[in-house]
Amino acid sequence: MAKVLMKGNEAVGAAAIKAGCKYFFGYPITPQSELPEYMSLELPKVGGVFLQAESELAAINMVYGAAGTGARVMTGSSSPGISLKQEGITYCAGAELPCVIVNMMRGGPGLGSIQPSQSDYFQATRGGGNGDYRTIVYAPSSIQETVDYVMEAFDKADLYRTPVLILADGMIGQMMEAVEFKEPKKIDLPEKDWSTTGTKGKRTHNIVNSLYLDSELLEKHNLKLEEKYKLIEEKEVIYESFGLEDADVVCVAYGTTSRIVKNAIKLSEEKGIKVGLIRPITLWPYPYEIFKKINPNAKGVLTVEMSTGQMIDDVKIAVEGKFPVYFNGRTGGMIPTPASILTDIEKIAGGIK
Amino acid sequence: MTIVYEKSKGLTDAQLHYCPGCTHGVIHKLVAEVLVELNILDDAIGVAPVGCSVLAYDYFSCDMQEASHGRAPAVATGIKRVLPENIVFTYQGDGDLASIGTAEIVHAAHRAEKITTIFVNNGIYGMTGGQMAPTTLVGQKATTAPLGRDEALCGKPIKISEMLATIDGARFVERVAVNTPANIRKAKKAIKKAFECQIKGEGFAIVEVLSTCPTNWGKTPVNALKWLEENMIPYYPLQNFRNFEEVK
Repeated sequence: MAKVLMKGNEAVGAAAIKAGCKYFFGYPITPQSELPEYMSLELPKVGGVFLQAESELAAINMVYGAAGTGARVMTGSSSPGISLKQEGITYCAGAELPCVIVNMMRGGPGLGSIQPSQSDYFQATRGGGNGDYRTIVYAPSSIQETVDYVMEAFDKADLYRTPVLILADGMIGQMMEAVEFKEPKKIDLPEKDWSTTGTKGKRTHNIVNSLYLDSELLEKHNLKLEEKYKLIEEKEVIYESFGLEDADVVCVAYGTTSRIVKNAIKLSEEKGIKVGLIRPITLWPYPYEIFKKINPNAKGVLTVEMSTGQMIDDVKIAVEGKFPVYFNGRTGGMIPTPASILTDIEKIAGGIK
Repeated sequence: MTIVYEKSKGLTDAQLHYCPGCTHGVIHKLVAEVLVELNILDDAIGVAPVGCSVLAYDYFSCDMQEASHGRAPAVATGIKRVLPENIVFTYQGDGDLASIGTAEIVHAAHRAEKITTIFVNNGIYGMTGGQMAPTTLVGQKATTAPLGRDEALCGKPIKISEMLATIDGARFVERVAVNTPANIRKAKKAIKKAFECQIKGEGFAIVEVLSTCPTNWGKTPVNALKWLEENMIPYYPLQNFRNFEEVK
């Protein structure tokens, strides 16, 4: 199929529909409102339903109900709205309901700003809501990748019976790029024999639920979830990396920021500094293993984020104290510049204390 | 031998956990009987709340989902929008529906969501141990209103049926009680109508059922029924507020 020029938020919607998503429950918030707008026009054309909920809380609970019937369903929002949705996300995780949630991150805390940000990393990768759970988190860096991983997200959600997050930012949501909608991969997915569609008098009732009043039963449920998360950690890590083996400095960045870092790396190479890159595409599960490939003589690892430093915690876990870890970040809707990243790379390569 | 009475097929064999004298069991029975009598049990999907009836998903023999506190109408909306041919109902208490879930119930009614809500009003938070609800009567004691509900501090109890009856999408709204055999029969009729409203695709339907909580009211089951009649019914009058058969 030929490439088309699309805005990020609209491309998310188109990819979801292509992946068989027929239901979207949303609530307006900048900078993701083009997603519900797009769905309101397009879903009825494929026999689906778009519904504007009265709140983010209602939207995610509508997602819960729809997912409980076995339908492919999505919601989207931006940071403060995603905070409200955490109640429903933890219930979906507990009841093992497949669904896809898009967060076009903006500055925080609180009402923050409407400009792009990456300051929801902790919330996205550490569960976000209450209880022992994780969600798969894809962090695309282009609209093409966003489209590809939105489609993949529906399959993984069904495969593992888990909510999946697309963690992008206002930049990805608002910009336009050429994208190609490839045919989704065909993978074998389990029957949704747990879903609530009416017994038809042919089976005992199905129950979609996250409550286990008996502590022993809840622990058993928690351990079952944990087993699933271990399997996801084993099978679903995705990242891009280059130049690690002979790097003087290794940069770590995801999403929008990784594109700025790539520019800074080119500038560094012109100055004769060898810089490697690790770009996590899944933020959970995190690509800890690839950090073992870093040149043992590298001077340090530079984490670049649009936050005051959140992913840096995972970078520190990954390097196991073998390298000093430095940080370059802008926050509140500000964006790091290639020049400032270059300055940090030069300092690290020169051996800063 | 002729069977003159048996447990409704709409209920499972699970033993109810409700306190002695609590009328949740009666209301469960009425809902289950209606599902069977209207021949919709096999297509029904119920949504249980948070509160005393949280375990309703174990008691109704149809497919069930458990919602978070107050969100049952949103969950039911998600189900109904995917499966418009199925029958979807919520079973919610007054802490759930009249406090934390007011936005969800108002907007489900506003959208004329084709679901049926059974709203059990016993004027108190039962499951958490007798705290004040938005429906607690003025002067009624609760663990968070130890001297009785103070109107100056908390306002008057909320009248959900009267409020929802102002919304066009709410096509059937009735308040009933289960304190006497006669009232129980009337309650069943209203519950049946509320499901018929959905079957006919009319819009949102709700039955508010005045119910007892002997444990947290500190009364014997018999005195609780009497207290309901003498105190709740005067404030929460039993009546039909909207009926799709007459609205047209």
